[in-house]
Amino acid sequence: MSTIYFTEDHEWIAVEDGVGTVGITSFAQSQLGDVVFVEVPEVGITLDKGGEAAVVESVKAASEVYSPVSGDVVESNESLPDAPGTVNEDPQGEGWFFKVKLTDPSELDDLMDLVAYDAFVAEHS
Amino acid sequence: MTETFTGNKGLRLEEPLIFEMDTPGSTGVDVADPATDEIRLGDLERKSAIGLPGLSEPQVIRHYTRLSQKNYSIDAGFYPLGSCTMKYNPRLNERMARLPGFSDIHPFQPVSTVQGALELIDTLADWLKKLTGMPAVAMSPAAGAHGELCGMLSIRAALEARGDKRPVVLVPESAHGTNPATAAACGYKVEAIPGDARGRVDTKAFKERLGPDVAAVMLTNPNTCGLFETDIIDLSKAIHDAGAFFYMDGANYNAIVGRVRIADLGADAMHINLHKTFSTPHGGGGPGAGPTVLSEALAPFAPLPYVVHDDRGYRLVETELDAKAEGTEPFGRLKGFHGQFGVFVRALSYIMSMGADGLRQASGDAVLNANYLLETLKDTLTPSFEGPCMHEALFDDRFLKDTGVSTLDFAKAMIDEGYHPMTMYFPLVVHGALLMEPTETESKETLDAYVATLKDLARRARENGAEAFKAAPQFTPRRRLDETQAARKPVLRWRPEEPVQEAAE
Repeated sequence: MSTIYFTEDHEWIAVEDGVGTVGITSFAQSQLGDVVFVEVPEVGITLDKGGEAAVVESVKAASEVYSPVSGDVVESNESLPDAPGTVNEDPQGEGWFFKVKLTDPSELDDLMDLVAYDAFVAEHS
Repeated sequence: MTETFTGNKGLRLEEPLIFEMDTPGSTGVDVADPATDEIRLGDLERKSAIGLPGLSEPQVIRHYTRLSQKNYSIDAGFYPLGSCTMKYNPRLNERMARLPGFSDIHPFQPVSTVQGALELIDTLADWLKKLTGMPAVAMSPAAGAHGELCGMLSIRAALEARGDKRPVVLVPESAHGTNPATAAACGYKVEAIPGDARGRVDTKAFKERLGPDVAAVMLTNPNTCGLFETDIIDLSKAIHDAGAFFYMDGANYNAIVGRVRIADLGADAMHINLHKTFSTPHGGGGPGAGPTVLSEALAPFAPLPYVVHDDRGYRLVETELDAKAEGTEPFGRLKGFHGQFGVFVRALSYIMSMGADGLRQASGDAVLNANYLLETLKDTLTPSFEGPCMHEALFDDRFLKDTGVSTLDFAKAMIDEGYHPMTMYFPLVVHGALLMEPTETESKETLDAYVATLKDLARRARENGAEAFKAAPQFTPRRRLDETQAARKPVLRWRPEEPVQEAAE
């Protein structure tokens, strides 16, 4: 069973056995509008916590997806660039961006759980 | 509404693509038959159709005239996109640019035959230096973003010359996208610093981040929220104390020209978008020009070529060898030839016809007009930040809350009312942004009519709901386009219909 955490930049990370699956939240996709372009990181590269990891572009704006944790990319959602609409349809499922092997699980302590994230969104919208 | 037989609406005609108008055999020229049938093209002989449409001259003229009539432009009416696209271009500029001595010359001509052109570049450079208070200017950058590149490469060259490579460039969150892109293109790591609740930079956060690893700070003033950065002198001092350089994005220089000297703000480099401040044509990929003023510390690294003059006249410093003799160390060359000369002519024509007092009045009128919009619309729309503003008035979509109407729907409804929409969804730091720049040339009557229209649209959004807005625009040649599909599955070129296969013999 994975545990899910959220960032203030509206990414989610679901962690299971030291590997986190990362995407953008339902709130993030609703704010972006229709997603038309996605770039996912290459497998094998090392990400820093808070560093740029992926790109998501909608009809309104282009934004970066930041990595919630430090670690190595072990898998990317290769189907996403050809079907960017998946990010709108299923942001917290099929619309995941990449999987990262955590180098420092204690970084998760800085992130929010679902209750805290919902409160964060309510406060900022 | 009943559809017409032709698809035309009144005298507004449905225009096909020129390729769809192909009438094989039609042509605008009459070439005599060759004297011989002998083909001497060898293996260059054409084996398939050339793929160009056959058309008579009147067909071609009508096609392009009709297309031109579909344009909405600053010559046709007010548009609140403002100078980012293009502000009013006085006709005098065009007249000057068409003088044969300016329009019929070539960059490869001997410099002795183009002394006047070089004098014009030098005179414009002199105006730009005096207006900004800066000691040097690179005239060759071909656009605002190219000017940013020029400034940042100068900064990099200056740092490397003192053996002090620094990896980081700081930008505020509200920066133009070109700022981080330029810094990244120069090999820097970009860090964004959040703004404060007043829509300005968080000076404290910048100061805390400054250090020996920071090469430069890039900052737009007035900023993208249309606000003057009040802490800018304090900030530029802190930047210099940390050994870094200060790049000021001059995109909004049109709000302060003749009133603020850039040198007094402590900037080391700033590009000037000639179309924004000095009324040159722009847009549609047209010729841009982004002369970049430089501080004493950066001046020696300005790119080639540049104009110098002495008692023998004007000449160009075009090579590193020439530059060495002049005592400068250019970081290189940014573009072929000497800059967008035709744009220089127009900019200088504007500057000289306005004079220093006229330029000062233009920036004042631009700010006055924007504040008129902010003030008259503040109870109808929702201003994002406390005024007064500079040359742009920024609103967000809180006034549309619970109406079901989005910023995009509102903009589409403006088109039905005969207004080109303002900038939307930028800057990103406010929600559903509506950014309006009326520019200095619009009259009070024009602005009043615009304000009355927006107030009525806002009333309709509140009283009648979203349905009519979702259906807008209703009176345009095409209804709302599917921008999602256009981006996800773009059709980028026309292809002829497949010929119908003849039945097998």
